[in-house]
Amino acid sequence: MNTALSWIKAYVPELECTDQEYCDAMTLSGTKVEGYTRLDKNLEKIVVGEILSIEKHPDADKLIVCQVNIGSEVLQIVTGAPNVNVGDKVPVVLDGGRVAGGHDGGPLPENGIPIKAGKLRGVPSNGMMCSIEELGSSRDMYPEAPEEGIYIFPKDAEVGADAVELLGLRDTVFEYEITSNRVDCYSVLGIAREAAATFRKPFHAPKEEAKGNSEDAHDYVSVEVLDRDLCTRYCARVVKNIKIGPSPKWMQRRLAASGIRPINNLVDITNYVMEEYGQPMHAFDLDTVAGHKIIVRRAKDGDVFQTLDGQVRKLDGEVLMICDAEKEIGIAGIMGGENSKITDNVHTVLFEAATFNGPNIRKSAKRLGLRTDASGKFEKGLDPRNAEAAINRACRLIEELECGEVVGGMVDVKEPLAELRRIKLNPGRINSLLGTDVSREEMLEIFKREELVYDEAANELIIPSFRQDLEGYADIAEEVARFHGYDKIPTTLPSGEATTGKLSYKLRIEQKARDIAEYCGFSQGMCYSFESPKVFDKLLLPADDKLRQTVTISNPLGEDFSIMRTLPLNGMLTSLATNYNRRNKNVKLYELGNIYLPKALPLTELPDERMQFTLGFYGEGDFFTLKGVVEEFLGSVGLHKKLVYDPKAGKPFLHPGRQALVEYEGAVLGYLGEVHPDVLDNYEIGTKAYVAVLDMPSVIPFTTFDRKYTGIARFPAVSRDISMVVPKNILVGQIEKMIEQRGGKILESYQLFDIYEGSQIQEGYKSVAYSITFRAKDRTLEENDITAVMKKILNGLRQMGIELRQ
Amino acid sequence: MKAKLDQIREQALAQIANSDTMEKLSEVRVAVLGKKGELTSVLKSMKDVPPEERPQVGQWVNETRQEIEKKLEEARTKMERALREARLKAEVIDVTLPAKKAELGHRHPNTIALEEIERIFVGMGYEVVEGPEVETDYYNFEALNIPADHPAKDEQDTFYVTGDILLRTQTSGTQVHEMEKGKLPIRMIAPGRVFRADEVDATHSPSFHQIEGLVIDKHITFADLKGTLAQFAKELFGEETRVKFRPHHFPFTEPSAEMDVSCFKCGGKGCRFCKGSGWIEILGCGMVHPKVLKMSGIDPDQYTGFAFGLGLERIALLKYEIDDMRLLYENDVRFLKQF
Repeated sequence: MNTALSWIKAYVPELECTDQEYCDAMTLSGTKVEGYTRLDKNLEKIVVGEILSIEKHPDADKLIVCQVNIGSEVLQIVTGAPNVNVGDKVPVVLDGGRVAGGHDGGPLPENGIPIKAGKLRGVPSNGMMCSIEELGSSRDMYPEAPEEGIYIFPKDAEVGADAVELLGLRDTVFEYEITSNRVDCYSVLGIAREAAATFRKPFHAPKEEAKGNSEDAHDYVSVEVLDRDLCTRYCARVVKNIKIGPSPKWMQRRLAASGIRPINNLVDITNYVMEEYGQPMHAFDLDTVAGHKIIVRRAKDGDVFQTLDGQVRKLDGEVLMICDAEKEIGIAGIMGGENSKITDNVHTVLFEAATFNGPNIRKSAKRLGLRTDASGKFEKGLDPRNAEAAINRACRLIEELECGEVVGGMVDVKEPLAELRRIKLNPGRINSLLGTDVSREEMLEIFKREELVYDEAANELIIPSFRQDLEGYADIAEEVARFHGYDKIPTTLPSGEATTGKLSYKLRIEQKARDIAEYCGFSQGMCYSFESPKVFDKLLLPADDKLRQTVTISNPLGEDFSIMRTLPLNGMLTSLATNYNRRNKNVKLYELGNIYLPKALPLTELPDERMQFTLGFYGEGDFFTLKGVVEEFLGSVGLHKKLVYDPKAGKPFLHPGRQALVEYEGAVLGYLGEVHPDVLDNYEIGTKAYVAVLDMPSVIPFTTFDRKYTGIARFPAVSRDISMVVPKNILVGQIEKMIEQRGGKILESYQLFDIYEGSQIQEGYKSVAYSITFRAKDRTLEENDITAVMKKILNGLRQMGIELRQ
Repeated sequence: MKAKLDQIREQALAQIANSDTMEKLSEVRVAVLGKKGELTSVLKSMKDVPPEERPQVGQWVNETRQEIEKKLEEARTKMERALREARLKAEVIDVTLPAKKAELGHRHPNTIALEEIERIFVGMGYEVVEGPEVETDYYNFEALNIPADHPAKDEQDTFYVTGDILLRTQTSGTQVHEMEKGKLPIRMIAPGRVFRADEVDATHSPSFHQIEGLVIDKHITFADLKGTLAQFAKELFGEETRVKFRPHHFPFTEPSAEMDVSCFKCGGKGCRFCKGSGWIEILGCGMVHPKVLKMSGIDPDQYTGFAFGLGLERIALLKYEIDDMRLLYENDVRFLKQF
């Protein structure tokens, strides 16, 4: 919302402040000023001059030499402008002055353009006559300005006067950010009321009474509202003997400052009232309204309608239409029809000011792809009382501007107006909500400034209809707070029962995961939760894979963001690919993020959100590097028992011979492996890469931060090394299992220290060597203790087909 | 005899003085004090000394021995010291050679900022909790006093899964989940991922993070809200940080405010970070709307509370001077390693 300060001051004439003071005070009382622009920026030393004579330039065909009276003296000015005549009054920028832009109307330079006396083709020129573009504006906003050349003032302009003032440019335009609850502030009056209350100055409402003639509008037009759910009020007034012409300068200037192009008096009045009251209006040519009858009803599905911008629109059964006795003549609240639009030959005008259902207008405008200034206002939900005020104000302006004869009376079809809301005043409760000590008197003073009437007998505030946002004591507390001043409210800390600050258990485990990953050299990445369904093909998932069952977004930004991920690998591999493509070496990444698994499709309940701890890397390291990180993490969160790695993980995106499920106490916690070369190709990663994924909801039940000291061994340990020849298909995991099973209580640990395949070893076999350590808690082990255990282990190994190496 | 001993001593001391290595010193020791050493042979010849002179001679021998041993020890200590000095001299390293580092990984800047914020609130007695990212319309909108036709629903450009299930557009729904648990008082923050239909560019992302805060208790006031958040701002941005509360509107709080902090780059003088204003907008907040309390089963006549929400990325971008939001989701290690 952009509005000139001069327009605000029209209702708050006593308002005196600098632009910055206004900006700060309004922002602190709740009407946020986004910024402001001085219209006279870079306009310096510009006065009204009268051209006394014009001569040809001796050396240039296209230049003329003018003698210009600026009141204090007569200046010689050379110009190339084609449109000036003797007697014209023009803006003249003096030597040492400044203009805002060039005559081409291009973007305005930050510091404007300085003007100095000089010579033009040898003839001295002591200033410059200005076009409207040089004054920083355009013909759009100053329709009387010539298409090309110097701006010319009316004959009665005073020579030597401040030209900038005369052009209405001694003004500042403020841009406001209005919050959605303050529908009333999408109007100049709404902001003016806030300004009055903020600066504690009286607010002068505009005059709304139109005299009207002795006729009755009901004799000119009838109104029938068929769909009352979408139109709670329809006000119609009639103006006859229309005289189309330009609107006065003050109105043009105010509209222009709001960014609205002045057109003619009739259009300008409807636009002016829309800005002033926030109530859009429409003007129909009554002679084109068949049967002089207005019917408000929903369109029929499939109807087409040509709006006044010439476009043909396809309608549906939820679009509200304004119709006459025969046809549709406007889309309610959005745009009028080509068939009833005002032309310069209009004689009689039907003014419409209505209250349409906000959400319906919003949705219709969206479906039609036609958002207009009017729909933007209607969609916020307008005050039915405002419709009447606005239409009367428009008629008043018609009379003031003498552009027609207002017919008496108003056709008003409406649902009963809601009674004004009343809210109990309880200053104690307001103070206890705010933590303040504002006196009842100050509160009443604030309410008065805001036009909230206090009914002393009932101890109630009567809320004016334009303040639809005020519903209860909390809203009233906010009014007190913002006009008492948010900055004057004390700062305290909550008292009361002490609470324990902590992370949830899940978050503690995740924090540990981050710590361990980072100790191990992995950096944290973050990936999107949504991706393309194509990633399943890239990851070689079979067509019937369960992971292809996704939570699908019905209105995605595009296919690439259309499904919620069911596994975290695409994000990880994409990130690795980005790094690979940028030639980053030895990239190690981890991510903690959710996957989203639907419980049933179509979705009837919320999906299962599962936190995944994903690790991925390329460069130095291998499968066992990743295995190490997984074990470090699981150990750090209390999973101290043996992890089992099942090579039959069945993950299509991993190398078939280099993948494993991670299992603990019979539960699958996740998987790890080398990325399948086909998948690497799909992601354009030109080197081996490894990934591990831990499903945190599966991990968490096994975690604990409890620790127990088991003592430091006091008796010596005994070690035995064994070297074996093992059939290749036997996993060391199986050997270890055997050692554990048969090692008994005195087995302390075992360590693989050599594994070898090659020339020394028979084909189909590998050499494996372990160091096994025994220790008893309560005594020094004897040789025969060891021998007995070793015998058991060796027997076990032998049964597996493993031979001891000689 | 005395003369002999004196001679041995003189000779030994001279040899000690002339010894320049440990080996030579050792030779002297063996030659004089060893089993076949000169002094030892003197001792062996004690039997030839008349018994009455023996004590005297014995004393001389001991004195001589002690003196030689003392000198030997002195020489050895001195020589060891010299050797150590020499070794230390030889062992000088170039301390400016590159460090041998364990390659630690790096946390994401979002997480660093989040942990900083969590630390502050945990210190003030807040529990850190989470809520679902895929959410129902009720928790994301309706229970937050955003009814079916409210324009906020459009403004936020919600991603829908079904008519009723959506990707949450704000973490505010966790307020409702927390209140519904029925355990009072509440002091919580809830960080998490939220989604809005914004195209990806330098300042927008369809997925980003918010941190929600909620305090519910008896006698909670707007002044408490101001005090708490002012304290938070000082902790996060520095002791000299000033805060400013401006009235604003959120459907689920009343009164509502936005909080600006004095620019932590320029201290409020005006710079490119604060766009010359000296202030930076940080968060939205307010007193929990009585309707919201009621819908969540809390009696607004007994309890009041405040809530706040801030954008994590915004804090991270500002704090670490990151100029493009896309960097946060690219995961280029050259970026991540700077944190």
